[in-house]
Amino acid sequence: MKLLLVAPILIPLLTAGVTVAFWRAARFRAWCGVVGAAALLAAGGLLLAATAGGQVRTVQIGNWPAPFGITLAVDLFSALMVLITGIIGLMVAVYSLADVDIPRQRYGYFPLFHILLAGVCGAFITGDIFNLYVWFEVMLMASFLLLALGSERAQLEGAFKYVTINLISSMVFLTGVGILYGTAHTLNLADLALRVPEMMDRHGHLVRACAMLFGVCFGLKAAVFPLFFWLPASYATPPAAVSAVFAGLLTKVGVYALIRVFTLVFGSIPGIYALILVVAGLTMLVGVLGAVAQFEMRRILSFHIISQIGYMIMGLGLLVSSDPGVRTLGLTAGIFYIIHHIIVKTNLFLVSGTVRQLGGTYDLRSLGGLVRAPLLSALFLIPALSLAGIPPLSGFWAKLGLIEAGFLGGQNTIVIVALLTSLLTLVSMMKIWNEVFWKPAPQDAPEPAEPMAPGQWAARFIPIALLAGLTVLIGLFPAPLLTLAGRAADRLLNPAAYISAVNLHEAAVAGLSTTQISEDKP
Amino acid sequence: MLLMAIVLGGLFAGGLYLMLARSITRVLLGLVLIGHATNLLIFTAGGLVRGRPPLVPAGQTEPAAGYADPLPQALILTAIVISFALTAFTAVLVRGTYQAAGTEDSDDLRSTDT
Amino acid sequence: MNSLVLQNATRALVPLLLVYSIFVLFRGHNHPGGGFLGGLLSASAFVLYGLAYGVRAARRLLRVQPLTLIGAGLLLALTSGCAGLFLGRPFLTGLWTGVTLPEGSALGSVLFFDLGVYLMVLGAALLTLLTLAED
Repeated sequence: MKLLLVAPILIPLLTAGVTVAFWRAARFRAWCGVVGAAALLAAGGLLLAATAGGQVRTVQIGNWPAPFGITLAVDLFSALMVLITGIIGLMVAVYSLADVDIPRQRYGYFPLFHILLAGVCGAFITGDIFNLYVWFEVMLMASFLLLALGSERAQLEGAFKYVTINLISSMVFLTGVGILYGTAHTLNLADLALRVPEMMDRHGHLVRACAMLFGVCFGLKAAVFPLFFWLPASYATPPAAVSAVFAGLLTKVGVYALIRVFTLVFGSIPGIYALILVVAGLTMLVGVLGAVAQFEMRRILSFHIISQIGYMIMGLGLLVSSDPGVRTLGLTAGIFYIIHHIIVKTNLFLVSGTVRQLGGTYDLRSLGGLVRAPLLSALFLIPALSLAGIPPLSGFWAKLGLIEAGFLGGQNTIVIVALLTSLLTLVSMMKIWNEVFWKPAPQDAPEPAEPMAPGQWAARFIPIALLAGLTVLIGLFPAPLLTLAGRAADRLLNPAAYISAVNLHEAAVAGLSTTQISEDKP
Repeated sequence: MLLMAIVLGGLFAGGLYLMLARSITRVLLGLVLIGHATNLLIFTAGGLVRGRPPLVPAGQTEPAAGYADPLPQALILTAIVISFALTAFTAVLVRGTYQAAGTEDSDDLRSTDT
Repeated sequence: MNSLVLQNATRALVPLLLVYSIFVLFRGHNHPGGGFLGGLLSASAFVLYGLAYGVRAARRLLRVQPLTLIGAGLLLALTSGCAGLFLGRPFLTGLWTGVTLPEGSALGSVLFFDLGVYLMVLGAALLTLLTLAED
């Protein structure tokens, strides 16, 4: 169990170490990257099995007692996220065999990819807010390098914007951590969950300021309104495999952090969920309107990430209701939505890379006639319809849950916004569908690329087909995932199990007075 | 405490002012300043204690009351190492952007905007 | 750069810096120092050599590629962290042999972790600096 809990961090880091140390052997490095991702997937599966009943597993790094040492705490929500990271990691690693060119692989594509996965998994399983910052930085550092790898002009420009905005958000995060530590004298999430509600009377303004700082930081990472502008500028520049893993995982780490911190720590601030709900509505609407105006395939998809983030945040915002049934249903649907979205969005970006390979460009105006590749057309249509929420695909159940919770909670405005966004999503997916696949190829279309070698073909189509199959499977049999998401939501709303599992040192729980000495100073 | 607050305000204001400049080198310098400001803020928020190191005297099991909290310093050390790496990377990135685009004026770096 | 003074000073300084970096690595057990500082110090030795004799000479002096150093350091640090796992303790638990080394250091898994950090910092610093100096 102790090995299993660190495995999501250890496996990618070990893989990164091996692939760096043997950086000369190109084939070995590539296969090592794939095997490492498969091992991560296996670890995710075992973690899910260990927490599926709602248990919370914890371990203290270096055997230092909580809250002084770093805690890793895995509950069902974390385990689900680690599992999905493993799935995406494996699919994208296979896809990169065909999509990422040899010079980029030489400059460390696979090690960076695995360090990115380690950062993402670390953020999912940590139980300490400063450690969360460290994993964010690990993830960001790897993503900066992946984004700039290849040094094309557009890439560097996009990378500069991405780096600047993310550094600012890290500073905001760190400021929040500093103030929070100054008032609560602890950084352990479980410990914070006990202390912050007590502090609301005396230090309410400081708690609110911290919540806003964390909200801005995680909001920037998750790209919610009005902090989304950097996303389309940077996600549309690197190779398709890189932007697929960014699109699938990075913003979702922000969403995860928002859900974790705003259920566990800051849930007691009055009016916080209403604010989140408003932000969610605006995020959906602005994102989808941005997408409608675009003509570049990956930019359209990037704007859709933003609007979809709105749905996930809506699941969190629905906690505004006082009815426990609505709260659980909303959060369940939000978690279900995250998982559905990661699968579908990664798949769409992988498809866009293959469209580029076949059609030579991402620009809808110069693409056309790709219906001559019927398999690709079908594999685009499945995730596209799932994104728009057409039954019987996974997106339908996710949206149904959110809309039902919204109606039951009496939040009719957000329900109308969600339905309208869904319609506009369908419109813009149909735009891609018509322009890329059905329209006859325009005169100035680039020369069609040479036919792919069988190995290349397999590396591109197998991940796409498997992810599409997963969407259909979840759509046809949503019950198991809904049960798991429901149990995870239930645990998030009743954090007593999480807190007691962390097994805080008695001195820390009892001795609030000894640690508050510096507070009485002027 | 008051002095630290003024210094922090100055650093944050200076950093933000630099970040609003069009030259991307200044943006980098602004980031560095804000990073320092943040580290100092953690230090100040953790409580300023003078001359009482958190050391356990011989023959006792815990340090004398009122000792300085060692954790903020550990946090800052981590943050400094991270920001060292990030600043180095950003400096390389600024240089690469300058070489690829031939300009360091952010008004000319618009090809990825919508 | 072809400066006689610098080249002669470098000949004396490089071994000194390398030895000092090892000293700092061991000292880190109970005093300021450790793998990060030691790695930076030894990187500065190679950079100094590169300034005096050129980047290619510095690469020859290093013998291995910086990337290999990073990989080896990462693997060493992780393996030392895993040592505790086999004895049923959590990840990164320090294990000690009881053997005392100079400068108040002790032989244990933590020392190997520090050595891994040393190699990683050395590799990463040299990778950036030598690549920057080359073009």
